[in-house]
Amino acid sequence: MDLHNSKAYTRRAFIQHGVMLASAAVTVPSFLHGAATALAQAPSGLSSIPGTDEGRILVVIQLGGGNDGLNTVVPFGDGAYYNARRQIAVGERDVLRLGKGLAVGLHPQMGALKSLYDDGMLGIVQGVGYPNPNRSHFKSMDIWQTAETSGVGDGWLGRYFDNECGGEPLPNAGVAVGREAPLALQGRINKPIAFENADLFRWTGEDLHPSLKAPYNATARRGMVDGVPAGSNAGFLMRTALDAQLASDEIRKAVAMTPLAEYPRSRLGRDLAMIASMIRAGLKTRIYYAALGGFDTHAGQGGAQGRHANLLNQYADAIKAFYDDLKAQDNESRVLTMTFSEFGRRVAQNGSGGTDHGAAAPMFLAGPMARPGVIGKHPSLTDLDSGDLKYKIDFRSVYAAILKDWLGGDADAALGRHWRAAKILA
Amino acid sequence: MQAHTRDITSSTRPIARAQFGYDQARHLLLRAGFGGSPDDVRTLLDLGPEGAVDHLLNFEDIPDDDADADARTRFKADIMAPLSREARQAYQRARAAQDEDAVAAFRARRQQTQRADRAQIADMQRWWLSRMMTTPRPLQEKLTLFWHGHFATGYRTIENSYHMLMQNQLFRAHAAGSFQTLLRAITRDPAMLAYLDNHRSHKRAPNENLARELMELFSLGVGAYTEQDIKEGARALTGHTFEGNNFQFRSDWHDGGTKRILGKRGAFDGDGFVRAILDHPACAPYLVRKLYRFFVADIPDDVRTAPPAVRSVLSTLASTLRRKRYDIKPMLRQLLLSEHFYVPNNMSAQIKSPAQLVVGTVRALKTPARDLRALVDAMGLMGQTLFMPPSVAGWEGGRSWINTSTLFIRQNTTNYLLTGKKPSGFRGKRDRSEYDPTHLVAPLALVEPGADRNPDRVCEHMLRVVLGPSPTGERWIETERYEMIRSFMRGNGDRVTRDMLVGMLVLIGAFPEHQLC
Repeated sequence: MDLHNSKAYTRRAFIQHGVMLASAAVTVPSFLHGAATALAQAPSGLSSIPGTDEGRILVVIQLGGGNDGLNTVVPFGDGAYYNARRQIAVGERDVLRLGKGLAVGLHPQMGALKSLYDDGMLGIVQGVGYPNPNRSHFKSMDIWQTAETSGVGDGWLGRYFDNECGGEPLPNAGVAVGREAPLALQGRINKPIAFENADLFRWTGEDLHPSLKAPYNATARRGMVDGVPAGSNAGFLMRTALDAQLASDEIRKAVAMTPLAEYPRSRLGRDLAMIASMIRAGLKTRIYYAALGGFDTHAGQGGAQGRHANLLNQYADAIKAFYDDLKAQDNESRVLTMTFSEFGRRVAQNGSGGTDHGAAAPMFLAGPMARPGVIGKHPSLTDLDSGDLKYKIDFRSVYAAILKDWLGGDADAALGRHWRAAKILA
Repeated sequence: MQAHTRDITSSTRPIARAQFGYDQARHLLLRAGFGGSPDDVRTLLDLGPEGAVDHLLNFEDIPDDDADADARTRFKADIMAPLSREARQAYQRARAAQDEDAVAAFRARRQQTQRADRAQIADMQRWWLSRMMTTPRPLQEKLTLFWHGHFATGYRTIENSYHMLMQNQLFRAHAAGSFQTLLRAITRDPAMLAYLDNHRSHKRAPNENLARELMELFSLGVGAYTEQDIKEGARALTGHTFEGNNFQFRSDWHDGGTKRILGKRGAFDGDGFVRAILDHPACAPYLVRKLYRFFVADIPDDVRTAPPAVRSVLSTLASTLRRKRYDIKPMLRQLLLSEHFYVPNNMSAQIKSPAQLVVGTVRALKTPARDLRALVDAMGLMGQTLFMPPSVAGWEGGRSWINTSTLFIRQNTTNYLLTGKKPSGFRGKRDRSEYDPTHLVAPLALVEPGADRNPDRVCEHMLRVVLGPSPTGERWIETERYEMIRSFMRGNGDRVTRDMLVGMLVLIGAFPEHQLC
C-alpha cells in the first residue's frame, strides 16, 4: 500500500459498505432507544430523564485554582478589607455597586456580569463553604465535586444521573468541554462525554490516510455483527461504538454552527459558544460543564487591574455572550448556570502582592430563573477562622436546591443525606 | 450462534497438552501478563501448559535485579518528611502572634514541597508503566496492579509519593505470596494508615474506617460481619500509626482491653484482628471472587446468580486457598492450568483495562513505547490513573471502562502507539520513530515459504494474532471483518508492505473487538 495514493479504494469500498450500512439500520442504537423511551414518558419531548422538568439544563462553570472571592464581590463598605489588602484592594470608587444599602459590589472588570445582574439574571450567594475547610486544591476540588467532606466517591451530578436513569446509562446526559471529565459528572453507571475540542471527539485514524475512513465508518456504524450474543461484552462494545459514532456526528455538527452572539476570544468564550450551540441543536444533554483556570494568584494578583482582573473580565464577558446567544435562540429560561471555585482566598494579602489559599467565597447563579440579587450575608472580615472567612451557607444547600428545585431530582439521594435547599431560584 | 452453545466446563483439571494450542498460550499470556508477540506466545506454547504456567508463576526465578535499585536511586524518600519539632513550634508561634508574613512563608514552603512531590508521583506513574511494558516477570506486575486495585489507596488523599511507592513495593514483594502476610502488612502500611485515617486512631476515639474496609473490601465482603465487629476491630487497630516512612505501634494509644470480634473473644491487637478475619469462612471465597474477576471474567456481585459451573470452580479454588493457608500461588496455578480457564467463553471476552490496552499493545505488537507522559495522560482520560484509584473500592473494571468518550480515546491512543502521530489535544510529544510490524507475519514464512507475502494468509493471521478467536466463534476468514480488511488491502495495491501492515493494524485497533482480551 502507498499511504499517499489510494483513491482506487474509495469507490469500491463505497459500493461494498453501502450494503453493510443498510443492514445496520435494523440495530436500534441505545442512543436512539433511550430517547424514544423518554419521549413516551415525557410528552414535552425535551426531557431524557422521566420526571425532569421541560428540558431544563444546568451549566456548571468551574473557576480553578481558588478564586479570590473578596476581590470579586468586594466588601467596599468594610474598612477591615482595606486594612488587610493595602496593595491589592479594589478602591471604593471603582467597585460596581449592586444597589442601595448594599456594601458589596462587583469588581470593575465585570461590567458584563453587572449587566446580567441589572437584568435580574444573576444571583450572588455570599459566603459559601463547608466545615473544616481543606486548603489543598486537589482535596477541596474533590470535596466540591463529590459533595462529601472526605472528597472520595462518585460525583454529585453523576449520582443524580445514576438515581434517575433506571439502571441504563443515559447517553450524552453530561457533556464536559475540557480535556478531563470532571469528577462531579462521574457516576457509577453514567459517565460524561468530555472533549476539549469537538474535533477530537472522533476517531482520528482517518487523518493518517484517506483510505482508512470508509472501512472505519462501516465498522463503527455496523453496530452488532450477526451471530454475536447481544449480552456479551463484544455485543456491548459494538453497540457502544455505534453510539459513540452517532454522538460524535451530532456534537460535531452542532458545534460547527455559527453562534448567535459575539463571544470574547477567550478559552471560556469558545467553550461556552460550543455549549450554546449544542443546546441550540437540541441535544439531550442535561448538564454541561466548562472550566476556567489560573485563579491561584499567590503573587502579583493585582487589584482593579492586573492578572486577577483579567480573569474576571474573561469570565464576565463569556457568560454574558452565552446568555445573549441563548436569548437569541429563545432558550435562555431553560438554562441555569452555576459558578464555583474550590475555595476563596485569605483575607489578608501576602508579602508578594497575592493571596494564599482560603475558605468561603461567593457563588454565582445566572439565568432568568435564578433568584436575582445578593443572597445571604457577607461573612465578617474580623471574626476569622485562622485568617479565613467563616462560611455562611454550605455549598450542599445550593446543590440541593439545584437538584430538587431546578432539575426536579431526588436531592437527598444524590447528596447522600438531607440538606435544606437554599433559596436560589426565582 | 455457536457462542451460545459453547460449553462452560466446571473442571479445574489441568488442560491436556494436546488442547494447549496457540490460542490457549496467547490467552494465558494475556491474562497472566499483558500479552506478547507471536514469538513470545510460541515460546510459552513450546513449554506446554504446566511449563508455561510455572514459568509465569515462579517469576522469582527470572532475574530482574536492576528494578529495585532503579527505584531506590530514582526517587527521594524525604520530600514530604514532617517538619522538625523546632520548625513546628516556630510555625505555631507565628500563628499565635498573627505574624502573617511568617505564616505565609511557611505556607509557601509547604506548597513548594507539594509541587515537588506531585512531580515525583508523576515520575512514579511513568516508572511503573514502563516497568509493566518491559518486565521479564509480567505476572508479578499484573498481580501488583491487582493488589493496587484491591487495597486501593489514593495519592490525592495522602499526598505522599514515597508512601505510595513503598506500598507498591510491598505489593510487588508479596505479589503471589501469602495473603496472610499481605493483610497483616497492609495494617502497618503508612499509605493505607493515612488513607483510611488509622494513623490518628486513639483508644479514646477509635477511627473505624480501616476496620470497616479491612472486612468489607479487603477480605470478607458485606454481610459477613456486624457493625459491632467494626467497632471492636477499630479498637484492636488503635495505635497503628507511622512516623516518617516507618510503621509505629503506639502502645499508649492502643486499647488493650477485651474485644469480641467475629464471634471470638480476646484482647485482640491488630494481628489478632487479622487472624480472626482469616479464620472466617467468608474470607477465602471473597478473595477468590476478586481474583477470578481480575483474571477470568466478570461475575455478578451475588455469586449465587453465576452459572453453576463458575460457582463450582470458585468453591474449588477457595478450598485450595484455605488448605494452603492463604498462599496465593497454588490457587492461582490451579486456576491458570484449569480446563475452565481455557473454555472458549472465557477467551477474548474480558474488557481490557487501560493498562492492559496500553501495555498490551506495546508488548504484543512491539510498538515503540512512545512518550510515557502522553500514555499516562491518555490512561487517565480512559479512567485509570495509576496511584489514584477513584476510591477505596478501586477500579470497578469490566464494562465501566467503556463509554462513548473513552472508546475514541482508546482507539486514538492505539493509533499513537502504531504511528507516533499524537492526536492533537493529547499531552506529550509526537514520536518520529517508525514502527515495523513485519515481525508479526514473519512466522508465517517458517511454516510455508512466501506465506508472509500472501495477502489472504497475512490478513487472517493478523486478525488471529491481534484479536484472538473471533467473537462469533467462526474462523476469521469467514467473517465480515476479514472481508473489510481484504478489500482495504485490494484497494491499496494488495501487496504486503510495512505501510499496509500498519494500516491494517490501525483498522483492527478500531474494531470494537480490539477492546477485548
